[in-house]
Amino acid sequence: MFRAKKFLKVAATFTAVVMAVTLVAACSGGGSSASGPLVIYSGRSEALIGDLLKTFTQETGIEVEVRYGDSGELAAQLLTEGSASPADVFFSQDAGALGALSQKNRFEVLPDNILSLVPERFRAANGEWVGVSGRVRVIAYDTNKVTNPPTTIDELLDPKWKGKIGFAPTNASWQSFVTALRVERGEQGADQWLREFAANNPRPYEKNSAVLDGIANGQIELGLVNHYYLYERKNAKGNETVAIANSYAKSGDVGGLVNVAGVGILDSTKKTEKAQQFVEFLLSPTAQNYFATKTFEFPLVSGIALGNPDLPNLTTLVGPNVDLSDLSSLAETQALLQKVGLLTK
Amino acid sequence: MSRLRAATGSVPPVLALVAVLGALLSIVPLLYLVIQATSDGLSNVATEIFDDATLALVGRSLLLCVVVTSLCAVIGTTAAFLCVRTNLPFRRILFVALALPLTMPSYVAAYAWVAERPNLAGFWGATLVLTSISFPFVMLPVAAAMRRLDSRHEEVGRSLGRTPVNLAFTLTLRQIRPSLTAGSLLVALYVLSDFGAVATMRYESFTWSIYGAYRAGFNPTRAATLSLLLVLIALAIVVGEEFARGRANLASVGSTTDRPPSTLDLHTWRWPTFAALLLVPIVALLLPILFIWQWFSEGASRNNNWSELFNAFGSTLWVAFLATAVTMLFAIPIALVAARIAKKWALATDRAVFVLHALPGLVVGLGVVAVGIRALPGLYQKIPMLIAAYVILYLSLAVGSIRASIERTPSSIDDAALSLGSSRLEVFRRITLPVAAPGILSGAALVFLTVAKELPATILLKPTGFETLATELWTRTTVFEFGAAAPYAIALILVAMIPTAFLSVRGWQ
Repeated sequence: MFRAKKFLKVAATFTAVVMAVTLVAACSGGGSSASGPLVIYSGRSEALIGDLLKTFTQETGIEVEVRYGDSGELAAQLLTEGSASPADVFFSQDAGALGALSQKNRFEVLPDNILSLVPERFRAANGEWVGVSGRVRVIAYDTNKVTNPPTTIDELLDPKWKGKIGFAPTNASWQSFVTALRVERGEQGADQWLREFAANNPRPYEKNSAVLDGIANGQIELGLVNHYYLYERKNAKGNETVAIANSYAKSGDVGGLVNVAGVGILDSTKKTEKAQQFVEFLLSPTAQNYFATKTFEFPLVSGIALGNPDLPNLTTLVGPNVDLSDLSSLAETQALLQKVGLLTK
Repeated sequence: MSRLRAATGSVPPVLALVAVLGALLSIVPLLYLVIQATSDGLSNVATEIFDDATLALVGRSLLLCVVVTSLCAVIGTTAAFLCVRTNLPFRRILFVALALPLTMPSYVAAYAWVAERPNLAGFWGATLVLTSISFPFVMLPVAAAMRRLDSRHEEVGRSLGRTPVNLAFTLTLRQIRPSLTAGSLLVALYVLSDFGAVATMRYESFTWSIYGAYRAGFNPTRAATLSLLLVLIALAIVVGEEFARGRANLASVGSTTDRPPSTLDLHTWRWPTFAALLLVPIVALLLPILFIWQWFSEGASRNNNWSELFNAFGSTLWVAFLATAVTMLFAIPIALVAARIAKKWALATDRAVFVLHALPGLVVGLGVVAVGIRALPGLYQKIPMLIAAYVILYLSLAVGSIRASIERTPSSIDDAALSLGSSRLEVFRRITLPVAAPGILSGAALVFLTVAKELPATILLKPTGFETLATELWTRTTVFEFGAAAPYAIALILVAMIPTAFLSVRGWQ
C-alpha cells in the first residue's frame, strides 16, 4: 500500500509539470497562417506520395506538413473544422470527397493556367478542383475459376454469379460508380440495376483491398474495384502468387467509369500562392511520371508514359458519358443504396 | 434507487468541483451530437430514428451485444473460479495468459482471423473476436472478488448444513455479483462502441453505419442522430446494471487476507480442465499472433524502417502515460463522488461518464474537433486536445475500478476521522487515497493499455506528423504492406502486455 502511494505521488507531480510545459508550449494561434509550412490534408497515403512531397520541397523550397487519412474521413474532418481549419490544400483520393467540400463552398477557384493542363472530363466544371491522376473501375476476377470475365455491368446480373461478386459498399469509388449509374441511366434505371444486383447476393467488404483478399482466398470470384489494386497487390505479394486479373469494361459501359484523385485549395488558406505552386507541381512531368510508375494510375497530363505494359491507353477507356462534377450527389446515391438494401444501414 | 441509498458520506468541495468538471468534459461530444443531429430540424431526427432499417440495426447491435456479454460473463467467471478457487495446475501462469488477450486491438485480431479463415466473416466472426478480447474485463474483477471472499462466511454456511458445491454457487455468486455486473457492463458498452471487429468481420452493426454516414456519405447529421440513439441504449444498459448490481453491502472493516477462501479439489479432472482452459488463450491470443507473424516472415514488403518503429513506440508510451495520468486526475474525484454522495447530481456525473463509453472513437473524436477548434484553436491538433479526447473516451474504465475500491470501505471511517478533528481534505489524503490506491493503479493500467490501442480519435486529433503504433499500423495495412505492418502489430501487443500482466498479477481490485 505504501509503495503504491509513493508511486502515485511521483507520477502525479511529474504529470503536473509535463502538462504545464505542454500547455504553455502549445498556446500559439490556430487556423491557417501566412507563415510556416503548407498544410496538406491527404487522402492519399504516405507510402504513395511521401517521396513525391520531398521532391516538391527540394524543387520549390516550400516546407509541407501533411496529415494523412481516409479521404472521406478527412472531408468529414474539414467540414467539421469549418473556416477555422488549419489546412491549405486537400489532396483527395476521389472526386466525390472533393465534390462534397465544393458543395459547401470550401474551395477557392483555381486559375486557368492550371485547369487547362487537364482534359475537361477530369476536372470540376466550376474550376474548384482539378484531377491529378486517373483510375478505372474494373471487374477483377479469379483467373483459376473464371475464363470469360464480364465486360459490362449487366452481365454481372447473370444468376451464375450469385454470391460470387464482392464489392465495398461504403467505399467512395463504389459510390462514385453508383452515382455515375444514376446519372447515366436515370433514377429508375439505376434502381432497377441495383435491385437485380442485390438479388444476386453480392458480398460486402469494408474496402477495395479486402475485396481482392476475398478473391485471393476463394470467397468470391469477381470483385468490383479500381484497376491499380491488382498491380499494388502483385508488387506486395510477388507477381506469380497473385491469380487475379482485371477485366476492363466495354467502351461506354458505366462499369468502366474513369475517376480521378484530385486536389483543391481551401478557402480558409492564407497561402494561396504556395498552394497553387503545389497544385502545379502535381501536374508537372515529375509528379505525373511518379504516379504512372509508382501507383500504376493513369497520368492526366498528355505526353506521359504508362507505368505497366499491361495497362491499356487511357484514351481507349472511354467510360460512360458522365461529368465527374455530377458525381457529388452522394446524398441521393446513399438514399438509393439504402432503399435497395445495398448500404449498411 | 439502491445506489442513492447505499452512498452516504461527504467529499471535499475542491474534489467535487473537479468531478463536475470531468463530467462536463465528458458532455462535450454529446453537446456536438445534439447540435449536429438537430441541424436539419427535429422532424428529421424522428424520421431517421423511426426508420425500419434503423430499428433493424439496433436489433443487430443488441443481438451481438447480448451474445458477447453473456459469453464473456460465463467464460470470465468460469476462468476466474478455476484459477482462484480450485487446485488447477499452473493456475497463476494460466491466469496471466488468460488476461493477455486484452492487449489485442480488435481490428488486429479481426484482420488476423479473417485473413486466415475468411468463412468466419459475419456475426460469428465478430462474436469470436469481441468475446476473445474482452472476457478479461469480467475475469479480472471477478477473480479479485473471489480472492477477497471471507472463508468465515463459508464456515458458517457449512456449519448450517450446506454442501461445498452448493456454497460455491450460492455464496460465491452472491458475493461476486457486483464485480460480475460491473465487468459485464464494460463488455456491453465496448461491444456497442467497437468498429474494428464488426467492420473487418463485415457484420452490419450500428457503429459500421455511423462510420459509413461520416466518411462515405458526408452525412454528419445522420451519423449524429444514430450516435444519439446509441447513447440512449447505453444509458438503458448503465441504469440496468445499477439494478442488477444489487444492494449488497460490500464494506468490510477487518482484513480478510489472513483467511483465504477454501480450495475445491478437482481430483482426476485437474488436467482435463487445465487443457480445456488452455484453449482460451490459444484461440484468443496465440493463434492471431502466429497469423501476424506469418505475414512478417512471408511479406515481400518487409522493408522496415526501425527508427520509425522506435519513434512510434516512444510516442505511444508517451501519450498513453499522459492520458492515463490526466484521466486519473478526474477519475478519482468522480469515483469518490459516485461512491460517497447520495445526491442526484452525483449519480448523473457517474452516469454521464459511463454512457460516453458506448460512443465510437470517431464520434467522440469529431465532437472534440468541432468544439475544440472553436473554443481553443491554439490547442487544435496538439497533444493536450488529443489527451482530452482520450480522457473522455476512457474515464469510465478508471472510475469503475476506483469506485469499487472506495465502496469496500464504510464511510463511517471517514466520519470517525472527521469527528476527531481531521479536515475533509486530510481524510481524502490519509484515508480515501490509500484505500483507493489498488483501484487507482488497476484503473490506470486499464486506461494505459486501451489508449495505446486507440485509433480513430488519434487519427483526427494527433499533431500532424506524430505517429503512434496504431496509426503506423493502420497506414501500412491500408496499402497492403502486411509484412511491414506486422512489427507494429507485435509492438503494440507488447506495449499493452506490461499493464495487462500487472493487472492480472495484482488481481484487479
